[in-house]
Amino acid sequence: MPVFFEKKQLVTPGELLAEGEYLPGENTFVEQSKIYASRIGLVDTDNKKVNVVALRAFYMPKMGDIVIGTVIEVGFNGWTVDIKAPYTALLRASDVLSRPFKPQNDELSAVLTAGDLIVAKIASYDRAHDPQLTVGEPGLGKITRGQILHVTPTKIPRVIGRKGSMISMIKQETNCQIILGLNGVILVTGKSLEDEELAIDAIKKIEDESHTSGLTDRITQFLKERKGNTVNVEENKNE
Amino acid sequence: MNEKQEKLIDKKGIRLDGRKADELRPLKLQVGVLSNADGSAYIEHGKNKILAAAFGPREMHPKHLAMPDRMVLRCRYHMAPFSVQERKSPAPSRREVELSKVIKECLEPALFLELYPRTGVDLYIEVLQADGGTRCASITAAALAIADAGVPMRDLVAGCAAGKIDDTVVLDLYDAEDKLGAADVPVAYMPNLNAITLLQMDGILTSDEFEKAVNMAMDGCKKIYEMQKEALKTKYMVVKEEGEE
Repeated sequence: MPVFFEKKQLVTPGELLAEGEYLPGENTFVEQSKIYASRIGLVDTDNKKVNVVALRAFYMPKMGDIVIGTVIEVGFNGWTVDIKAPYTALLRASDVLSRPFKPQNDELSAVLTAGDLIVAKIASYDRAHDPQLTVGEPGLGKITRGQILHVTPTKIPRVIGRKGSMISMIKQETNCQIILGLNGVILVTGKSLEDEELAIDAIKKIEDESHTSGLTDRITQFLKERKGNTVNVEENKNE
Repeated sequence: MNEKQEKLIDKKGIRLDGRKADELRPLKLQVGVLSNADGSAYIEHGKNKILAAAFGPREMHPKHLAMPDRMVLRCRYHMAPFSVQERKSPAPSRREVELSKVIKECLEPALFLELYPRTGVDLYIEVLQADGGTRCASITAAALAIADAGVPMRDLVAGCAAGKIDDTVVLDLYDAEDKLGAADVPVAYMPNLNAITLLQMDGILTSDEFEKAVNMAMDGCKKIYEMQKEALKTKYMVVKEEGEE
């Protein structure tokens, strides 16, 4: 049961990873019971599963994913939404209005127009149909304030951290609300511009250093240092 | 005319440009050179200078070209008007249309087309300077551009030609050897899967010579493949080091 890589090694498409008892995980494929990498990334094993964490990838829709998209077109009975995937998504009017949609009464462009950003959940998707979105749950819907930032979709799990440790830490330290779209779009809403900026810088830092270890600690320190510069004034007042 | 012609290879087996029979031209590869493309690569193979850019997978436009059950790879090989000595008309020539098709077909086996139905990947190859063997160099660069775009691949595809000049089988012909030589055999090869995805022949070879030429080209591809991997890793190594400091 040989393995042909070291932990966290950088591999290229076509590189032989393992043979025998191992199972193919993300970004790998099997040819004649040998496991190869299919994307450039860092290999790792999870029990018997060989995974490649891709350094470059695109988002593929999956049912139940929360995504952030841009409305690109108002149609007859819904909207077309760009979700940064190979497919454009559809949002049905009846889903947004939460009552039967009557074309003669409802003006769709008054609800959402081209350019509007929305947080939505993927309601359905399969090979034959474009993904359908839904906003009929708390926390979903049109975005009215905050800042948007884009990261490579494969880095999203790193921004979340182990059991959400990273993201909850950032939220706490910056007092910002952060919504992570699994398609690599992130919405940051805070009380002030500085808070938002701080959160964005932290997320960008995570994206750049995503493959290094001890990242959560470093980001905590980064945030504390940055805050130290601005918060010190208030602390002095308290003294 | 042939008698006036200088020999393409001398008694010691040294070619006009000073290479040995089984020697590649100097190769330089760079990945991620264009920021507007999803993936890109630049290759300097001898005097060839070629840019490749990949986009997608994205929705196909026009929509009727999309396939309901698989992804479509679209490829445009184009030579710049200034890429050759005599100005080349920028309109696609018969040869360019053919090479576009050939390159498309030799890259398709490396992709998981069936995983992304109704989408398309666009590949643009621009030859800035040509000196023989551009189709092979284009394939090498195009494979890197696709990998850089994050499209899953079975293997990188490397391209390399072999041929016959005077009476010797040699590797990696350049322009003069291609024009004056006896035969040219371009090969595209996926080393890890040991699969040939392109095999053409122009000229006349005996079956022994043909076999020798194919094997020689495959060895050349393996060398190029190593450089491809290196180039791809280099791009991300730089990112990695920046992150680590």
